Amino acid sequence: MTVLVLIEHDRGEAPEAAWEGLTAGRHLAESLGCELAAVVAGEAGAALADEIAEYGADVVHVAEHELLGDYGPDAWAETVRQLIDDIEPTAVVGVGTDRGNEVLAHVAARLDLPFVANCLAVQPGDDPDDADEPWALTRVQWGGSLLEDASVTAGLKLLTYAHHGVAAEPADSPGAGSIETFEPTLGDAEAVTIIRDRAVESQGVTLSTAPVVVSGGRGVGSADGFAALEELAELLGGRVGCSRAVTNNGWRPHRDQVGQTGTRIAPEIYIATGISGAIQHWVGAMASKKILAINTDPEANMVVKADYAVIADLHEVVPAISAEIRRRRGG
Amino acid sequence: MSDIPSTAMPATAKVVVIGAGIVGNCLVGHLADLGWTDMVLIDKGPLPNPGGSTGHASNFIFPVDHNKEMALLGVQSANQYRDLGLSVDSGGIEVARTQERWDELQRRMTSAMAWGVEAHLLTPEQVTELVPFVNDEIILGGFYCPSVSVVDSLETGTVMRRKAQDKGVLEVFANTEVLDIETEPTPHNGLSKVTAVVTDKGRIEAEYVVVACGVWSNRVANMAGATIPLVPAVHQMADVGPIDILAETNNEIGYPIVRDMDTFCYERQSAGSMEVGSYAHRPILHHPDEIPSNAEAALSPTEMPFTPDDFDEQMEQAIELMDMLGDAEIKYAINGLLSLTPDAMPCLGETTEVANLWSAAAVWVKEGPGMAQVVAEWMTHGYPRVIDAHGADVARFYDWERNDEHIWARAEEHFNKTYGIVHPAEQWASRRGLVKGAVYDRQEAAQAEFYEARGWERPQWYNSNADLVERYDLGPRDTEWDNRWWSPITIGEHLNLRENCGVVDLSAFQIYDLSGPGAVEFAERLAVNKVDKPVGSSVYTPWLNNDGGFHSDLTMMRIAEDTVRIVTGVFDGGRDRFWVLKHLPADGSVTFTDRTRDLTTLGLWGPKAPEVLSQLTGHDLSQSGSPYGSYLDIELDLPGGPAAVKLFRISYVGDTGWEIYADWDHGGAIWDALFDAGRDHGIRPTGGGVYGSSGRMEKGYRLMGAELESEYDPVEAGLARPRVKAADFIGKEAYLAARERGPLAKMCTLTVENLTDAEGRERWMQGGNEPILTADGERIEDGHGRVSRVTSAAYGPSVGKHLLLGYLPPDLAEVGTDLQVMYMHERFPVKVAAVDGSVFDPDDTRLKT
Amino acid sequence: MSLRILVCVKRVPAPGARINVTDDGQSVETAHLGFTTSPHEECALEEAVQLTEANGGTVVVLTLGPPEAEEQLRYAASVGAHELVLVPTDGTAWDPQRTATALTEAIEAQEAAGGAFDLILFGNESADSGGFQVGVRVARALGRPIVNGIKGIEVGAESVTARRAVDAGSEVYELPRPAVLGVKEGLNLPRYPTMRGRLASKKAELVTAELDVEAGGQRLVALRQPEEQVSNTELLGDSPAAATAVVDLLEELGVLES
Repeated sequence: MTVLVLIEHDRGEAPEAAWEGLTAGRHLAESLGCELAAVVAGEAGAALADEIAEYGADVVHVAEHELLGDYGPDAWAETVRQLIDDIEPTAVVGVGTDRGNEVLAHVAARLDLPFVANCLAVQPGDDPDDADEPWALTRVQWGGSLLEDASVTAGLKLLTYAHHGVAAEPADSPGAGSIETFEPTLGDAEAVTIIRDRAVESQGVTLSTAPVVVSGGRGVGSADGFAALEELAELLGGRVGCSRAVTNNGWRPHRDQVGQTGTRIAPEIYIATGISGAIQHWVGAMASKKILAINTDPEANMVVKADYAVIADLHEVVPAISAEIRRRRGG
Repeated sequence: MSDIPSTAMPATAKVVVIGAGIVGNCLVGHLADLGWTDMVLIDKGPLPNPGGSTGHASNFIFPVDHNKEMALLGVQSANQYRDLGLSVDSGGIEVARTQERWDELQRRMTSAMAWGVEAHLLTPEQVTELVPFVNDEIILGGFYCPSVSVVDSLETGTVMRRKAQDKGVLEVFANTEVLDIETEPTPHNGLSKVTAVVTDKGRIEAEYVVVACGVWSNRVANMAGATIPLVPAVHQMADVGPIDILAETNNEIGYPIVRDMDTFCYERQSAGSMEVGSYAHRPILHHPDEIPSNAEAALSPTEMPFTPDDFDEQMEQAIELMDMLGDAEIKYAINGLLSLTPDAMPCLGETTEVANLWSAAAVWVKEGPGMAQVVAEWMTHGYPRVIDAHGADVARFYDWERNDEHIWARAEEHFNKTYGIVHPAEQWASRRGLVKGAVYDRQEAAQAEFYEARGWERPQWYNSNADLVERYDLGPRDTEWDNRWWSPITIGEHLNLRENCGVVDLSAFQIYDLSGPGAVEFAERLAVNKVDKPVGSSVYTPWLNNDGGFHSDLTMMRIAEDTVRIVTGVFDGGRDRFWVLKHLPADGSVTFTDRTRDLTTLGLWGPKAPEVLSQLTGHDLSQSGSPYGSYLDIELDLPGGPAAVKLFRISYVGDTGWEIYADWDHGGAIWDALFDAGRDHGIRPTGGGVYGSSGRMEKGYRLMGAELESEYDPVEAGLARPRVKAADFIGKEAYLAARERGPLAKMCTLTVENLTDAEGRERWMQGGNEPILTADGERIEDGHGRVSRVTSAAYGPSVGKHLLLGYLPPDLAEVGTDLQVMYMHERFPVKVAAVDGSVFDPDDTRLKT
Repeated sequence: MSLRILVCVKRVPAPGARINVTDDGQSVETAHLGFTTSPHEECALEEAVQLTEANGGTVVVLTLGPPEAEEQLRYAASVGAHELVLVPTDGTAWDPQRTATALTEAIEAQEAAGGAFDLILFGNESADSGGFQVGVRVARALGRPIVNGIKGIEVGAESVTARRAVDAGSEVYELPRPAVLGVKEGLNLPRYPTMRGRLASKKAELVTAELDVEAGGQRLVALRQPEEQVSNTELLGDSPAAATAVVDLLEELGVLES
């Protein structure tokens, strides 16, 4: 019996989510008392084997194929499907990133099995060997504003864990991490969805990886009003974000939007200025380690939920913070 | 929970105001100005927009309304916004698509003149000069009011609130929900008194609590066992844009607001887009429990999800008027909630159930600051000073007007009249027959045309008297409007009463007995005139407020050594009842009993009245046996046996006769006996058109709520007696001062000298605040700034003139003065015919023979 | 190049800052709520309308939902959709497999009747249940390629170029037509309906396609609220002078190193 974890990576680079998935998969394997295995699509993934072992995987299945040189949902999913045929795992798990959910959905479609996305808790049935016994899961709806208790009945459980739902944590005792390479059969049908090209649209730190995000909401008042936020973000090596209201007003491009339908972030500190904190926005920001709200309304949802607050006009406070940073650096 | 709120909730406060919308905020500001301290303002939502109706209001004020309270408080409110620098005079145009509406705009011009508001009628071309995107092919013209303004109600609220905070007399708690309002009983009057407000942030003991909770007000008042009869109702609004011609103004409001009156819609520029609002859709009412919390609501609690199906017709009409709207995007659309009451007036004043629990509700942004001032003055001085506010007094409602069934039915009925053409005498269609008099079945049989008075059904005339039209050679008036809610039968009934006699149903009289050792002393305290007279006497007397203005006028009878009976009209019965209970001695020396439903009253008047009544009693009914102003306790001989009655010789119609008070159950038998006895004496059932209108007006008798208001004193109303009684009474000091000062206006009867309008039709003023003008057509104001206007109007059949009542400054209040009255935007010559007196039988010989 | 494009949309509640659950836990309490189209799908619809405005063609909008979902179809028509198809449910939430099977059948029927779709657009995931799979299942069942997370679409004669936004830029995919895409908000800024559009939408033809398919293996047990986060907001100040405290905090958190 095996729990198989899909390791997300981009040409050999694994995001934090990969380790979250392994951590969660390890917990699941422990509860089932079974083996933890990982699958990496593409030769480049082999370099991750040592680290994968640190997270407790006994076996690292490395799929090698010329069509696995870069990401393609069909190629990855077909690879996983063929490995499933081979090793017959109890569960295949990933993390609910774009790629994680996409690949698992493709696997599920191929096998016509249920797929449960974005789980926070997984409770296997009492008898791990009974494939017909439903598992109880808790997953997120509404981007995390609601929880759904669900049951899933399937011989093979396919699921992802909600991103940021589990903190990545290496195993107390590493797994063997033995590499088992295999060559899936892939063809034209899988080739069509492989990345053809890339466009780099921004340099350096991105919204989802920035250690500091300085966001503005309706209270900023205009596109020009974001200049002060830009300045502060730059001083902190961070990025500027915004709420959906701002995007809808055309003050910022959508790629700056933090929220359920924008980017979900988890910076060291999230500085939310002039943002009331509707659900749509909150679920994108709630994984932040610390939140500082700057708002004139002490009762704004964002203020009430924040760790720190300044109750004043952002148009005065933000430049003052920038000035103070410059003063200290100058001094 | 956030620990941000700056201070802990205090354990006590002088006054807690619940609700930080335009009303609550302005109220604390006005209270601070009036010297109040130790105030707390709470709201369950955040500030500055806690999520009530203020937050989504369209924020414009059209200062013209036919109703005096609404019009003048609208102007007062507009001025307050203006003084704060938080309004822009955008101007506004009401356009007419139909002839009927065009006629209504003539009436608007008349009201504009009454309230001193600048207004002009525009041709379609002139409308498009001001608003070029209006389709001038579908309109007949417009009513333009340059002082229509757009206000910032949220900022005004903030400024008013901060003013009180800056004075150090107010603490504000947002996001604080009221869970309960505690009261304690007040045994002497069977009511209770407010003691504390319980919130989710703590309990505050308070001397006064004000409910300024907008659409939630009734629910909050219910926590204390009080009622504020209002219901949340939807007003749909869509914001469409961007529209270039609007954006090019670079202005929040660059074009006058257009009210498309016939479609019950308005178009109001909001920067680069247009707000299209509607009062045309089906009435959509909500129970307060259906309003989401701030957290649950997608927008705000009172911006409920838009139901587009209800708005489609209005969109088509809006596009018809302004084609450019069709291609504008609907960026924001709501089912916005606002408050409706059973009679379309606000709910202000102390609640009748719970002492010191006040209502400041059912107030829209357009009248918010003014209404808040009314309540603040009321709390401070015991009565509003800025204006008479009896129409908004929450005490006006009877019990049967306070339940949801009634509130909903009436709100549904008048919602679509928001921009409607409402006749001054217009009757309700819903919830009729709530309270029927003791002889209702007889009246129905006589084909009574019932008018409703706060639930009571009262015959206005009897269609069975249609033959009188022929007998007296009467006919209809020249225009549909003047005939609406009127019948020439009422003239016939009048002439018959003057010639023979008539029976008037007075069942709706509100009758209250004060009894106990302190009753007479207490009665003296209420009344200007002396009540402490021998048993069997009565007195007609004003009741004043502390400022010496009218609270009421009514009759009081000494019916026993320790019992005084109060008889008052149905329109003000609720307010009078509350006034008595509020002032009732706390020592328990007076007991209040409502006898209204135990007793019924029939009036019998006319030269044949003594002859008729003498057939039912052997008692001497001459002026010596039954003197004017006194009553007799006797038995009438009825076929079914004797019936005890009080025969009260009095008259409100100008002919001799009696009010006959009897047990409710005897009403029918007395009615029958009177008609049997009067068969050969021309007796007729006679309606309110005579009693409350033509009969009383020929005599110049005043009517509470029309001639008598808190803005006027008895000296001005001509009701001051030569001497002032020794006993103290409410308002005495002010009354003495008024006598000293003399009147600044005098109640006069005017006769219309020529009724013919420019089209050769005779027109009949309705008594709907038509302005009285100088002979040169100038508006008249007295030394207090009160406008001279028609308070009542009726044709006086016995004097052959259309009669108007109104106050005039002393220099014009001379018999024979030639003046004008404006009606439907035309001016008609009038003449002062009587000052403080009557034009018919001025010596009252008919009453005393 | 006339295009026939299908957009699949879902009717979802439009909640505020708190979503309540019905007592039985089976659905969101919608008594106070309005309904809308899932935001990603609004963009899908806008994209389809723009593509047909540029190239000519037809936009068909399909929804699976309660009869009230007609409101979302009419809305689609008000912003430019041409044909409306409703697959009515009993009002309960259908699991992803069941939904996908029904949609597939409905699409096949539409194609049999009106011709094949050049492009089928889904939202990346629904705003409410967020299953992240229905589009993939449908595409697979139809034997067409699909890529999710798309924020840029160019339709060529033989293929569709699609851009998926990632952190630092975008990934470019090129799919042979006919293709399926799962799109994300940010693809475009959807238009609002005009008044005329709204009025015209009432006259748009709406086809109802009754379907009954078997449930899949995932079942909703109950919805519930996450535990309330207890936050003790520390007030750093109520004026610009708070900047000092803020920078102290930034130092403490170690984000101030320059």
